[in-house]
Amino acid sequence: MNSIILLAATRLLVPLLLVFSFYMLLRGHNTPGGGFIGGLIGATGFVVYAIACGTDLARQALRVPPEKVAMVGLGIALFAGVMAAFFGDIFFTGQWLFIGETEDDKGLPLSSVLIFDIGVYLVVLGSILTLAFALEEGV
Amino acid sequence: MAGHDTETDPNARWLSVPGQAPVLVAAAVFVMLWQALPAVSAGEALRFAWDWVPSLGISLSFLIDGLSLTFGLLISGIGALVFLYASKYLQGHPHFARFMLFLTLFMLAMLGLVLADNLLTLFVFWELTTITSYLLIGFDHSTSKARRSALQALLLTGAGALALLAGIVLIGTAAGTFELSEIRAQGDVLQEHALYLPILILVLIGAFTKSAQFPLHFWLPNAMAAPTPVSAYLHSATMVKAGVYLLARMHPNLGGTDVWLWTLTIFGAVTAVFASVMALKQTDLKQALAYTTLMALGTLTLFLAADIGYAITAAMTFLVVHSLYKAALFLVVGIIDHGTGSRDVYELGGLARAMPITAAAAGIAALSMAGFPPFIGFISKEIKYAGALAVQSEPYLVAGAALLANALMVAVAGIVSFSPFWRRPHLAEKLSPHEAPWQMWVGPAILASLGAFFGIFPDSLAVALVNPGVAAILGPDVDPAALKLWAGINVPLLLSIATFAMGITIYIYRRPLRDRLIAMGERAISFDRGWDHVLDGLKAVAAWQTRLIQSGVMRQYLFITFATLFVGVGGTILARGGFSVDLAWPDLLLKHWVVIVLVVAGALVTLTTSSRIAAIAGLGAVGIGVALIFIIFGAPDVAITQLLVETLVVVLFGVAALKLPRLDPSGRKTHRPLDAALAVGVGVVITGVMLMVTAGPLDRRLTDYFEATSWPEAFGRNIVNVILVDFRALDTFGEIAVVVIAALGAYALLKGRSPEEKQ
Repeated sequence: MNSIILLAATRLLVPLLLVFSFYMLLRGHNTPGGGFIGGLIGATGFVVYAIACGTDLARQALRVPPEKVAMVGLGIALFAGVMAAFFGDIFFTGQWLFIGETEDDKGLPLSSVLIFDIGVYLVVLGSILTLAFALEEGV
Repeated sequence: MAGHDTETDPNARWLSVPGQAPVLVAAAVFVMLWQALPAVSAGEALRFAWDWVPSLGISLSFLIDGLSLTFGLLISGIGALVFLYASKYLQGHPHFARFMLFLTLFMLAMLGLVLADNLLTLFVFWELTTITSYLLIGFDHSTSKARRSALQALLLTGAGALALLAGIVLIGTAAGTFELSEIRAQGDVLQEHALYLPILILVLIGAFTKSAQFPLHFWLPNAMAAPTPVSAYLHSATMVKAGVYLLARMHPNLGGTDVWLWTLTIFGAVTAVFASVMALKQTDLKQALAYTTLMALGTLTLFLAADIGYAITAAMTFLVVHSLYKAALFLVVGIIDHGTGSRDVYELGGLARAMPITAAAAGIAALSMAGFPPFIGFISKEIKYAGALAVQSEPYLVAGAALLANALMVAVAGIVSFSPFWRRPHLAEKLSPHEAPWQMWVGPAILASLGAFFGIFPDSLAVALVNPGVAAILGPDVDPAALKLWAGINVPLLLSIATFAMGITIYIYRRPLRDRLIAMGERAISFDRGWDHVLDGLKAVAAWQTRLIQSGVMRQYLFITFATLFVGVGGTILARGGFSVDLAWPDLLLKHWVVIVLVVAGALVTLTTSSRIAAIAGLGAVGIGVALIFIIFGAPDVAITQLLVETLVVVLFGVAALKLPRLDPSGRKTHRPLDAALAVGVGVVITGVMLMVTAGPLDRRLTDYFEATSWPEAFGRNIVNVILVDFRALDTFGEIAVVVIAALGAYALLKGRSPEEKQ
């Protein structure tokens, strides 16, 4: 689509959307957001880019085929669930590690729940882009 | 010696891992089970148990008593010999390793089946044998005959297994446990239970399909499409006996009633006589052996009907005897096939000169099959006649069936192993026969020799396997019949002599008889063809209902979906007393009015426009209105998701809409009125449901729980997200798996078109 307005807007919007999608992913546990919403925003960024510059450039920017992104995401989510088994807990029990924990501050929380959310993010991003790219190329 | 060249050949397959490992596994199992023999012969039963799914009462428990040990030794012992044989028989086959893997898997499944003490564990192994049998029958999957036979066996035995599963569940509810040893300890609880008849029918369907009893027998001769080692092992010595094993195992719990006695007697007798007549008709050696296997299965069922020592001793003895000689004869037929390229009785003759060892093994095995002294087959036959004359049902019927079947067995034994080897040579030179390598003849030789050994020393078999087996079925108080080579001049001996006379007469007149049978067979009903009709009918019904429901037109799919929703929900509400809603007008603020106007305007645009883009934008406006409702009522996560999804849908649709035709104006007259009526109906019903739901008090138990535990237990303040990724992570995982599958499916549809279609 040869639209100068769209191209100019894209240059500004896409990086913002991608950074914002990560932000939404990471803050999701305590405030509105999460892997699903983050994935949707990230996908919107790539879809906008594909409409403005064509799917070839969008695929190059993604570097990995979107269907692989989705499947790797599913694998990561499964891994997050299986992790519990290594600590002797039931499948999908959240595992937490608090770095620099003090009396009244939890420090930097790392968890299998976050890994699971990253899996969800990649699944949503990959699945939507699989569809969107195929649709645009097919039309 | 023919084996010589393979021993020097470094590429010989049987020296490779897939060639040797299965033999070693089977031999190791055999030795392990052998060690249990002294204890079991002394009347002990060994039990091993591990918890599997304790909440459902499923344990991985195994019981080694006389019955399971007899089966276990046959399975592992014959398994070792058949694996050794197969390593030569399929030498050089591109899928050799796969074949050996399937065979080994089958052996382990079969061992699990006969050793299992838990009925559900038994069922799992039962199905595993069905599946491995399917893979082995269809091993030569490039031929349509093999594929059809494999599918037929799978569907028939699989359907029987479903009946068995239902029977097992009923047994579990009736007895309160799935452990066979516990059910057994309860005595006659199943026979006296109200559900006895349904249980019996379901279990018998399972056993009869697996053991190919008439009229569900036809899959077994077809299963001979498998390579010969499979026929020898699965479809003669082991798997088809699983049904017989089940009957023997359930004998203490389900047997002893009139229904049991007569059902098994009639099905067994009909199968035995029918199969031995059919065996005489065959000209293919393997088919003839397949029908004699059916006859053996019928005979075993026939004797398991009774609950007296003689009959059960006859069944246990014949079980062992049959496995020995039948596996040997199948392997011999494989050697003939391998060495000459033919299995047709009319083409074969005079092979004894070229294959002396095979001929000797075949002769000994056949003498045991025909029941000549001093082989174990003779003793087995005497016991069968003694058992037949002692049964409670109808001694003359049982003895008559046994006599007829045995006489035909004598004739078939001659056809299978006398005429190909000793008859005047016909085409022997053209076929250029040669002796098999030692890996192939050692199996039949050992099995045939065992038949002779047990015939001369019958006590060894009786003490080791038969008596413990009888004790496992009838309990330790019943005396098993003694196995003797010479029991004096009595009725069974006279019947034996009559058998030989009849059998030899039939053998001499086999050709005119066979022609007569073939002529008769053309007029009779073919169960095999009937099966095809059943399958065709099933496919026709499937095609008809697919055409009806899957029209391929999007509008009709949507119409059917929403009509189902309308009728289902609306009908339920009407049946439960109709709507009862207090329509109190709420106080609406400005923001509420904005949402209402937005949604209504969006809907109106969608309905009236003739442009697809405008319609989808209108729907997007409705969606945004809904997202605003979520924001107003404090669900920002849901609102954000809704907004993003609406945006993406509009973008994606905008891309696709370029290729779609304009909206069809003729629809306004033809189907739009109906669509509008349905839309209004669904809207009214859903609105009513929503009003009724919100009229009741809100159950806050779940909300309170998540509010209270979200932070202390899952360290998250966003309850929606904590539920998604922690409390209900498994659900989310299922959902994202669906998302991936849907995306891949749609991708395949979009990309799967050929380049011409895309233009």
